[in-house]
Amino acid sequence: MSSAALRLKNLTLGYDRHPAVHHLDATIAAGSMTAIVGPNGAGKSTLLKAVAGALAPLAGAVCFDGPRPQLAWLPQAAEVDRSFPLSVGEFAAMGLWSRIGVFGGLRRADRARLAAALDAVGMAGFAHRPIGALSGGQMQRTLFARLLLQDAGLILLDEPFVAIDARTTADLMALVARWRGEGRTVVAVLHDMEMVRAHFPETLLLARELIAHGLTADALSAANLLRARAMVEAPDPFAPVCERGAA
Amino acid sequence: MWELLVAPFADFGFMRRALVGCLAISLGAAPVGVFLMLRRMSLTGDAMAHAILPGAALGYLAAGLSLTAMTLGGLAAGLAVALLSGVASRATALREDATLAAFYLISLALGVLMVSMRGGAVDLMHVLFGTVLALDDAALTLLCAIATVTLLALAAFFRPLVLECVDPGFLRSVGGPSAGVHFLFLALAVLNLVGGFHALGTLMAVGIMILPAVAARFWARSIVGLIAVAAVTAAGSGAAGLLLSFHLGLPSGPSIILVAGGAVVLSLFCGPVGGVLPRLARRTHLEA
Repeated sequence: MSSAALRLKNLTLGYDRHPAVHHLDATIAAGSMTAIVGPNGAGKSTLLKAVAGALAPLAGAVCFDGPRPQLAWLPQAAEVDRSFPLSVGEFAAMGLWSRIGVFGGLRRADRARLAAALDAVGMAGFAHRPIGALSGGQMQRTLFARLLLQDAGLILLDEPFVAIDARTTADLMALVARWRGEGRTVVAVLHDMEMVRAHFPETLLLARELIAHGLTADALSAANLLRARAMVEAPDPFAPVCERGAA
Repeated sequence: MWELLVAPFADFGFMRRALVGCLAISLGAAPVGVFLMLRRMSLTGDAMAHAILPGAALGYLAAGLSLTAMTLGGLAAGLAVALLSGVASRATALREDATLAAFYLISLALGVLMVSMRGGAVDLMHVLFGTVLALDDAALTLLCAIATVTLLALAAFFRPLVLECVDPGFLRSVGGPSAGVHFLFLALAVLNLVGGFHALGTLMAVGIMILPAVAARFWARSIVGLIAVAAVTAAGSGAAGLLLSFHLGLPSGPSIILVAGGAVVLSLFCGPVGGVLPRLARRTHLEA
């Protein structure tokens, strides 16, 4: 599994001209495992959205060294219509899209992978249940199973363990850790500092502006966390036009 | 029984043709209606029907009661409204329900304007209420062709269509044909409404699309089940409505739609999937 380094070049993202991520320069190495940490409204989800290509930058660019890798994105609020009559197995099988596309059929190997993915997230017995009957945590695990099947080189996780119980979180975290050994690049937005310190070698601390990026122990220093906390969350309606980088 | 159910079709050619027309419409429109309902776009069909009316009227004004002119006019107007509202909602902050409302109202007003400029008093009853009892060979061929195209297109693009309904964000993130599938689906809806108005009129064509789908919701849980129940309900409503209109001397279009409406009301009460009566019944529950 090969993946290209992800370069954020002077990246500014936002809504209605108000920046949510402001002049961010960072390089995320191929095969690395990076946590994105920051207070509410720091631009973490916005950043993932832009990397996934679902949001055009206000300024700057998201670049890859080499071709754009296969990308799997687990958004914080997936816009899934859960009233649609689809089973857990059918829903997770969507992760095979890049292989089967519009017309391809499911081979025996695909079905085996589907079963393995559901098993890995602890949803083995649910394959034929409708997605509308799942609890919040079970739905999140099903989304995770779909992500597993995508077999992507770059994996973007936005608070992936919200609403998931401790035992399953530990299982899923072990899976995520295994991806690193397979050469996949993992970028995850997380709030649980203990988990970040225990499992993620690198951290990008974001509070609209880049606060720190590097080894987790260094990035999450007390001084850096204090600076991140000082971010003013509300947008300023009278803010002047940003001149940085205009020259 | 024979006299009541079979003789009208056996004895009269126009009844047989009407039945074939209804079956063709049922096969094409019912699955489209199921997807409209599942996407919470049940009323979109109604808006589309209004959007089609001016195009059909224009065709009528240009070439009289010509199947080709009215079909092409309706198709052009419907597709233009679908395309414009889709593009506008994707390019701006407006949601698609708002853009669709805007463009179909513009289309409707333009149509009324054009009709009145030609001196009004045009016999538009045909467009409004259809002529299921006077379908000629060309019209029947058109209806069957539309049903065929619809079923083939739905079969070919079933997977992305389902994906676009359940999780459009995912389909876009894996580079799937999100916008393409959406427009293809709207085009199928327009196509079936245009076909439907020849038989049932623009106002009633939506009925054979949406009502069977709504009824099916109370009987089936899977998409395939929904489509099957909806198609059977639509076909049954067509046959029953024709018989009703034959025996009681009622106008056929409304009769067909009223039978389909009756199926909805019946399902509402008796349908095992979330119907009123099964909900009231106290049921045993399982261990786990």
